[in-house]
Amino acid sequence: MKVTDQDVAYVADLASLELTEEERARMLRDLNSILGYIERLGELQTDEIAPMAQVSDRYGVDESRQGSERFAYASRDDVTEGLRKSLPHEAAMKNAPDTDGTFFEVPKVIER
Amino acid sequence: MPASMGSQMTIDDVRGKIAEGQTTATALAQDFYRHIREEDPEIGAFLTLSEERALAQAGRIDQMAAEGKPLPPLAGVPVAIKDVMVTSGVRTTAGSKILDNFVPPYDCTAVARLEAAGAVILGKLNCDEFAMGSSTENSAYYPVHNPRDKSRVPGGSSGGSAAAVAANMAVATLGSDTGGSIRQPASFCGVVGLKPTYGRVSRYGLIAFASSLDHIGPLANTVKDVALVLRTIAGRDAMDSTSAEVLVPDYVAELEKPIAGLKVGVAKEYFGAGLDSEVRAAVEAAIQKLAELGCEVVPVNLPHTEYAVPAYYIVATAEASSNLARYDGVRYGFRARANTLSEMYRQTRDSGFGLEVKRRIMLGTYALSAGYYDAYYLKAQKVRTLLTRDFDEAFKKVDVIAAPTCPTVAFKLGEKVNDPLAMYLADIYTVTANLAGIPGISIPCGENHEKLPIGLQLFARHFDEATLLRVAHAYERGRSSLAAGG
Repeated sequence: MKVTDQDVAYVADLASLELTEEERARMLRDLNSILGYIERLGELQTDEIAPMAQVSDRYGVDESRQGSERFAYASRDDVTEGLRKSLPHEAAMKNAPDTDGTFFEVPKVIER
Repeated sequence: MPASMGSQMTIDDVRGKIAEGQTTATALAQDFYRHIREEDPEIGAFLTLSEERALAQAGRIDQMAAEGKPLPPLAGVPVAIKDVMVTSGVRTTAGSKILDNFVPPYDCTAVARLEAAGAVILGKLNCDEFAMGSSTENSAYYPVHNPRDKSRVPGGSSGGSAAAVAANMAVATLGSDTGGSIRQPASFCGVVGLKPTYGRVSRYGLIAFASSLDHIGPLANTVKDVALVLRTIAGRDAMDSTSAEVLVPDYVAELEKPIAGLKVGVAKEYFGAGLDSEVRAAVEAAIQKLAELGCEVVPVNLPHTEYAVPAYYIVATAEASSNLARYDGVRYGFRARANTLSEMYRQTRDSGFGLEVKRRIMLGTYALSAGYYDAYYLKAQKVRTLLTRDFDEAFKKVDVIAAPTCPTVAFKLGEKVNDPLAMYLADIYTVTANLAGIPGISIPCGENHEKLPIGLQLFARHFDEATLLRVAHAYERGRSSLAAGG
């Protein structure tokens, strides 16, 4: 598979990146070089191999259970008291580039 | 220290001096700051100094000492933190301009645990932007120079963490390791660096790069200090659901157990083409040393090793493209001024991210995009299973596996900047442990003809850091007696 200019433009769009002309040319070259190297994964026969998304799948999963119950190790009982308090509003807004004190402000979302 | 540059201090030295009244935590912190101000302009290990927080903590320790109270295990120990771990009230950049002005409202669990154990946090350490790199040249601020040879890179992405220890600007540091980012710089700078088992140390407050591969771990001058820091930061944390409920042993007590009779695996896949001949010789000599110390050296096969780097660069970039979607200029960090929301997102990310970060977002987004998901991302996850099975099989036969940490010694600044693939191949011996989640350590095992350090890497079974550290400690001691003897 060869990455094209159109692919670069499409992927940049998906990733919310604009990229300069120079950067696009660079990405085209680098993606093709890196993906060319990655092609060698195709040498391995993996039809029967299960994918591994997480290391913790190995030691926490209870295979005798179904669905999300399999990951019970990662959950805790519901509690009504003793939860960590939320950040104070002021602290949460402190790093905001634009705020009216209550909300994050952004440029208009709907044009026209 | 550091009355003069170059004198190393261990955690025991600090504890002893404070307990005996030879120094105070405050005086020690001030000594370290003096040394940092003299030395760091030529190295570039620090991005931010947290002097106010450090001196407040040192004052608390001195108060406890004055009142004759028992001191916590890391009382007064000057440490520093890679700038990918958030610190309440102390600027945290991840080496990126997109977080240039970010002052987090909370502490990373590992940082909070260090401070609760008495450590004094001197500041935040330079790194590749979002920990993406193998040389620390991708820092958006300035590159780090290797204290052993300032024309060379310190490795990366935890280059500041390794350089700070090597230049005695901190007794121990925290780094993060997604594909070798603790072990490779430890090797290049001649210090000890440990990547624990996935789940051993909470990732809460670690700025995410690739969540299934990211690890926090310690760097220091000795294996014992690494063990002391690990004991402090390890263990289940309710704030990270992937942190494991597995008993944390007393690693320091475990260090003293004998290693005779342990089986050390050696895999030919880690000694193939591309391995520098002096690195090979030093690592082979280290394995010989382990045999002299009573270990049995056993050949093992890790047949899928050559597929680790390609699988890694799919998994890591796919996860990164998702994790870095949060930098949109809305809630924190840099915001570009634009007329519409979508322009703001694009322009913020375009000016906020550096080239390597954009490259990885592009690669990861491509690998996850419609039509390519099965060919790349799913394929890489399956190869990850194969790589992990390799280790499972090998660890049925052996207790640890010995290998080089890196194929070469530290390279020159600028040498690989324009060739991303060459840079990725610097991680060829380290990414495997991230994919499989097993613990790995790098310890100095000699120098090449230019006096540049070489690292021995050891792997162990999941959650068996105790054996890993024990073998590393025995080697370290054996190596010193060898040096002393001749």
